[in-house]
Amino acid sequence: MKNSVEVKKLSFNYGKEEILNNLNLDIQDGEFMVLLGPSGCGKTTLLNCIAGLLDIDEGQIWIEDDNVTWKEPKDRHIGMVFQSYALYPSMTVEKNLSFGLRMMNTPKNIINKKIEKASNLLQINELLKRKPSQLSGGQRQRVAIGRALVRDAKVFLFDEPLSNLDAKLRAELRYEIKKLHRDLSNTMIYVTHDQIEAMTLADRISVMKDGLIQQLDTPKQIYNKPANLFVAGFIGSPSMNFLNAKFDKTNQNLIVGKQHINISKYENFNNLFDNQEVIFGIRPENIKIDNNENAIQCNVELVEPMGADTLVWTSIEGKPISIRFEGSSNYYLNDEINISFDIKKSSIFDSQSEERI
Amino acid sequence: MEANGPRPKHLSIGRIGMYCFIIMCALFFLMPLYVMLVTSFKDMDEIRSGNLLYIPKSLSFYAWPKAWSQACTGFVCEGLKPGLVNSLKITIPSVIVSVSLGAINGYALAFWRFKGAYFFFGLCMFGAFIPYQVMVYPLLKIESALGIYSSLPGIILVHTIFGMPILTLIFRNFYASLPIDLFKAARIDGGNFLKIFFYVIIPMSTPITIVAVILQVTGIWNDFLLGLVFAGRDNQPMTVQLNNIVQVDYGVVEYNVDMAATILTSMIPLAVYFVSGRWFVRGIAAGAIKG
Repeated sequence: MKNSVEVKKLSFNYGKEEILNNLNLDIQDGEFMVLLGPSGCGKTTLLNCIAGLLDIDEGQIWIEDDNVTWKEPKDRHIGMVFQSYALYPSMTVEKNLSFGLRMMNTPKNIINKKIEKASNLLQINELLKRKPSQLSGGQRQRVAIGRALVRDAKVFLFDEPLSNLDAKLRAELRYEIKKLHRDLSNTMIYVTHDQIEAMTLADRISVMKDGLIQQLDTPKQIYNKPANLFVAGFIGSPSMNFLNAKFDKTNQNLIVGKQHINISKYENFNNLFDNQEVIFGIRPENIKIDNNENAIQCNVELVEPMGADTLVWTSIEGKPISIRFEGSSNYYLNDEINISFDIKKSSIFDSQSEERI
Repeated sequence: MEANGPRPKHLSIGRIGMYCFIIMCALFFLMPLYVMLVTSFKDMDEIRSGNLLYIPKSLSFYAWPKAWSQACTGFVCEGLKPGLVNSLKITIPSVIVSVSLGAINGYALAFWRFKGAYFFFGLCMFGAFIPYQVMVYPLLKIESALGIYSSLPGIILVHTIFGMPILTLIFRNFYASLPIDLFKAARIDGGNFLKIFFYVIIPMSTPITIVAVILQVTGIWNDFLLGLVFAGRDNQPMTVQLNNIVQVDYGVVEYNVDMAATILTSMIPLAVYFVSGRWFVRGIAAGAIKG
């Protein structure tokens, strides 16, 4: 498959501060790529560089076999949606939608056709005559998406488009955006710090930290096989449980204080060496009640019912551990439970390099 | 009584004191205006009797027409009428040119962050605090070299130059308070420097433009020094002619005519404030909160 957007050896400095350094990223045609990371990781900077809104210091940006590194934003065939909507306050919705086309001197009948198509797609026909100030947040973001759509862009860029909306609207528009991508199958690059958005929308996620791509993979891979400790901790809510451990090769055990965990079933078991200091990571849903003799005994310290499931907090060797149970399960404070880990679904990281083993 | 519903209101001593203070302040500023107004409707005999604060015994309309069209302003005795025309001829183009340029400057500084933009902005800040007098002589030499000294374009250029720092400053600060995403969206939508300015930025500039226009109209209208130095004898603004009426070396000092002339001269700035004061406060507040 050919690439739609290619970022080659990109560097961007803000003053003397290095934001992005020698970054490479290939995005395939029609792909939904999510740039995910905590604030300050450089994801929005990267998006602005792709859009041409920031002048890069080194490297190249290609959009569909076209080197756009030195091109103005308007000549890059992109559409962009901003967190703050960025609708022109003095123009009606219709004028907002048509602004880009009018700037390119598009004939009136073509403008009308495109507006009609976009407004049908986003169900904003009723709003065309209104000013942005007369719209709700969700409606504004629909219009902003519409404004990007009418431009027939090769690539759509989203800069945290749902962050200003309340939880319910966010879920609604997330669904819309996913549907839009299904129907249009354009290339989309989507920046967010919300891992749920990233997981649900992305074909591939690029998890970023400190201007570096930590892992670039499908949501499933990133969730199940995080490449390092940062990715493991960042993805998943509640987050993955971590235990500091030492590997005992003869018994095939991880030693966590007084507890011994047999990890002979771990996929990369053979890569571990004796006495290696590791961090054992296990997701809350991969911990089971187990009444075998090897199970770990602990007490319920806190119960968080969340409807569909219930989160039970306990601790192993002083480290808090969360376990996800069905919503119907009944656990109470100070209950004694015996648990074991699904080792096949666990992750083990080297405590020095923090890389997955 | 148990607390229930709206809290009962009562006038506290602090509140009464505050009202007293506000009323005193208002009186302090209104008193001179009152004295001017009543004096302009008195005849000279009544003025000489010295009851400054009394309302006129009989209304005399002698002073107003004289101030308007007969009082001597130097060699000619045509009153303030030509001065009003001159002031309009100076003020209107100066305001339009300086506000337009200030807006473009502010826009460029706020959105097109070129290298050294901050330094330039600092320079503007500094420029806003330099006293006029320092630059009068160099400017005079420059203008005479350009051949526009003592002419209408000459004085308009001077007002435009002196308005630039403060106008650039207030426009830049207003534009800096607008969301930068709007500008980014406009760039992606295909706008260039001027298109974005005209189609996106200007329609959002109403409040700050009103502030800028009021500042410039009152500033230029009330200017005396620059008008005296740069306008030339044919274009002397109203303020300079008012001075000529008031400063007589011989004959009687006609206080009623002086007062009427002064009120006439201050008519335009007063009207501007009354019409647009509400906008002025709103514009300043908008800048203050967001900037």
